[in-house]
Order: sequence, then C-alpha cells, then structure tokens
Amino acid sequence: MEFLSYLISGISLGSVYAIIALGYTMVYGIAKMLNFAHGDVIMVGGYVSLLTMTSLGLPVWVAILLAMVVCTILGILIEGLAYKPLRSAPSLAVLITAIGVSYFLQNSALLIWGANPQVYTPVIEGAVKLFDGQLSITYISILTVVVCVVIMIALTIFTSKSKMGKAMRACSEDKAAAQLMGINVNKTISLTFAIGSALASVAGILLCSSYPTLMPTTGSMPGIKAFTAAVFGGIGSIPGAFLGGILLGIIESLAKAYISTQLANSVVFAVLIIVLLVRPAGLLGKYVPEKV
Amino acid sequence: MSRILTVDNINVYYGAIHAIKGISFEVNEGEIVTLIGANGAGKSTTLKAISNLLHTKTGSIEFNGEKLAHVPPHKIVEKGLAHVPEGRRIFLQMTVQENLEMGAYTQGGKNFDADLANVYEQFPRLKERRKQIAGTLSGGEQQMLAMGRALMSRPKLLMLDEPSMGLAPILVEQIFDIIKELHKKGTTILLVEQNAQMALSVADRAYVMETGKIILSGTGKELAQSEEVKKAYLGG
Ligand SMILES: Nc1ncnc2c1ncn2[C@@H]1O[C@H](COP(=O)(O)OP(=O)(O)O)[C@@H](O)[C@H]1O
Ligand SMILES: [Mg+2]
Repeated sequence: MEFLSYLISGISLGSVYAIIALGYTMVYGIAKMLNFAHGDVIMVGGYVSLLTMTSLGLPVWVAILLAMVVCTILGILIEGLAYKPLRSAPSLAVLITAIGVSYFLQNSALLIWGANPQVYTPVIEGAVKLFDGQLSITYISILTVVVCVVIMIALTIFTSKSKMGKAMRACSEDKAAAQLMGINVNKTISLTFAIGSALASVAGILLCSSYPTLMPTTGSMPGIKAFTAAVFGGIGSIPGAFLGGILLGIIESLAKAYISTQLANSVVFAVLIIVLLVRPAGLLGKYVPEKV
Repeated sequence: MSRILTVDNINVYYGAIHAIKGISFEVNEGEIVTLIGANGAGKSTTLKAISNLLHTKTGSIEFNGEKLAHVPPHKIVEKGLAHVPEGRRIFLQMTVQENLEMGAYTQGGKNFDADLANVYEQFPRLKERRKQIAGTLSGGEQQMLAMGRALMSRPKLLMLDEPSMGLAPILVEQIFDIIKELHKKGTTILLVEQNAQMALSVADRAYVMETGKIILSGTGKELAQSEEVKKAYLGG
C-alpha cells in the first residue's frame, strides 16, 4: 500500500514534468534550441495565479486563465525579443542567451515579488481515501494526471490533424522547404512558444498546488528535470516527452522513498545517463534520416 | 507570348563570395526554359534568389509583372511561383499525402480534392503510397512527390532544380517524360539541370551558366548543336 502511494505521487509529479517537457520538446523540435527560460515561465505562472487569487481575490478559474494569458504573451515576447534576432547565429550564442533570459526572469521576480517563499493556495484541496483510509490520493494529484493526459492527447491531435500542427511539423523538419510551401516560419515558431508557455503556466499552477511554496527559483529545478525528461523520452518527440516525464517522476518518487531523499536527484540523472548510453536518441527518439 | 519571369542583371553574394554576377534572362508563358551548367555554376543560387530564399544585392526580379524584391519567401508561392529545390527536400517524416497537403498550404482548400486527384493521376505511384512515410520512398518516388507537392500550389511557373539528380537512367527518362507532359498541359517550367543533354532535348530555350555568369543562350536545338556546349557539357 505504501508502494502504491509512492507510485501515485510519482505519476502525479511525473505528469507535471511531462507537461513542462512537452513545451521543451516542441520548442526544441521547431527552433532547435533549448529554451532554458522555459522553467522560469512556470514560476511566473505560479505568481500570476497566486496574486490573482490572493491580492485580487478573483476565483480560481480567472487565476488559471490569467496565468495562461500572461505566460503565453511572455513566451511570445521572449522568442521575439531574445531568440528571433539570433535565428542564424551559432547555437552556443542562443544557448547563452537562453540562460541569460532565465536569470533575467528569476531576478525580475526577485525584484517584483521578493525572495521570501510565499504560500501557494492550491486550486483544489482534499483527498479521496481508499482501502479504509490506508491509501489517500489528493484531488490535486488526480487533477494533475488528468490534465496531463488531456494535454498530451490534444497536442497529438493538433500536430497530426490540424493544418497549423502539420505546418509546425513541416517547419521542424525543414524551414526552407516549409517557406517554399508558403508557411510563415516566424509565425509558426512564435505559435510554438505560445503553446509551450501556456503549458508551462498550467504546470506551474499544478506544481505549486502540490508543493505549495513559491519563490523566484521555483521553476528552475522542475525545468531542468523536465528537460531531462524530454531528453530521456527522445527530444523532439511528443509521446517521448510524456513517457519521459512520467517515468522520471516515478523514479524520483521511488528513489526518495526507498533509497534516500538526498540521493533521489542523483538516481534520476544516473538513470538518464544509462538510458542515453543504451539509446542515445532517448526512449522514443529516432535518428532523423539523412537528407538525400 | 507573354513574359512571366524577368531576371534583370542580378547579383547575389554569400558573404564575400560573389556567386551570381549580373545575370539576366526571361521565361515566357508556356515555355520550358533550362539553365544548364557545371556543378557550382550558380544555378541553384539563381533559383533561391528568385524564391527570395537568398537576398539579391542588386538587379531586379519580376514575376507576372510584379517586382519580388520585398515579398517574403512564404508569400512567393501564393503568387504562383513554385520551387522544387535541389535534393527534393520533401518532409521525410510526414506521409506522402501530408506532403501534398503542405504543397496546398496556401490554397483555400476548395480545390484540394480535385488537385489531389490530379496529382495522383499524374503520379499513380504516389497514390499507392499515400499513407506511407515519405522518408521510405525511393529516390524516384521522392522526386515525384516533390514535383506533385509543388503542383498542389497551382503554379503559373514551376522551377525544378536538378530533378534528375541521383536517379538511375530509366528514372531520369521517366521524370523527363513527366516534365514534357506537364508542359503539354500548359505548365511553364524553369528547369535547372546538370544533365545538359536531357535538358536541352525538352527545352524551348536554354541558358548556359559558368561561374556565376550566363555565357551562352539560344533555343534548345541550337545549343544542343553548339560545339562549345557539346565539348563542355555533352561529352564531346
Ligand atoms: N551556402 C553557401 N555559402 C557559401 N557559398 C555557397 C553557398 N551555396 C553555394 N555557394 C557557392 O556559390 C556558387 C554557386 O553554387 P550553386 O548555386 O549551388 O551552384 P549549382 O547549383 O550551379 O551547382 C558555388 O561556388 C558554391 O560554392
Ligand atoms: Mg545546384
């Protein structure tokens, strides 16, 4: 029963990683860059939703909506101001810029909201008790898993069925060829950042609802873990990000329970290294066939 | 015959490399015009400049009476100018049909079914393989897909960059038969080739490029007879 409870909390944590990893992986797929600021968008989503609920006293759904809108705009701005001018720059320059944007967001949050951790108000509270109260599952962890699965399905349908989603895949593969089809590549990249950032805000709300402290560095570690999850599952792959996120959450939760709380992160990264040694492209990643 | 494309004294650079040195040529409606020349002559660069994938430093390109200088590349195809790039550049991880859908990206969708049926009629192989991932097609099939994809945009001018590249002789024949057929149906074609013999045999007019310049021009027949062309490009 204890194991089951750790497993469930692992799946729930993993679902948060998966939602963040989906954003990472979509952006990587199209812009071929690691947006290290992605994790910090989570934190912004956390603050915006918290302040909407506490300072403005507005209902939860308004808070969620507002956080999504703010983060979407933030994502579009980050891409347009920081990354777009570097479209043809060496990837190292883009990487350094992404790290810079990450610090910029953290320090702006520090300036605006201060360093003190704030207590987050979970969007739902309570738990279901099963097996005569031996197993308790919080509503928020159920909600997290459900939201993650819905997002994953929606993204899969979007990229495989909609015109815009297919254009996104075309851009991911070959931008020049996509332009020759009449696809506006800049707009498509911008849209991808918008989707990724909206997802990050949702992840932020779910994460803070499960682990209710919020500070400017809150998004940093989950961001790195989700990046790991995306690589684990195969960077660029949507089902890969989902699988990688869930597995990472489970491994972390079980390692915390049965090995050591301090070592849990090391175990997570050790597993990543082993998987990449065996499957360098990640679990579901595939090598892109050579262009002929 | 009305003029559809006018390239007027354009210069294109890759950084400091002067790749296209003041070339001019034109394509009239209904023609097959070919641009031949050795590897590195600047043929692909010329097509990329016309599609605005590359910046033209000086000179002008006019398509259907409109200057293309400030048209972004993704707006070019909307105007009826389709470019099948060198190396085909189909979307390898997408299905055959999805590739064709991307070709029709700028079309409102109301002609989609008819256009798709047309392309499938032209290329029955693609129809058989419509659900297959494009990366699994053979070289010849990939070329057909690249051409079919371009046709989905209902082009007024179709630019083909080395469609015969890397194909076995029998497939080269097949591709050229398709080019002739498209021409017969009224498509205007600007054909870039290293295979000068084949290109000249189908072309109404031809230009020979060498190191960024046009050094010869004439009808396909004339150039096929020319001693200079024979020696340099037709193996004696
Ligand atoms: N991306 C590039 N950067 C620098 N030089 C290039 C690039 N692409 C082509 N070139 C140079 O421009 C010239 C023309 O190339 P290209 O148009 O590809 O020739 P062709 O298509 O006739 O074989 C060549 O000298 C080639 O080396
Ligand atoms: Mg070429």
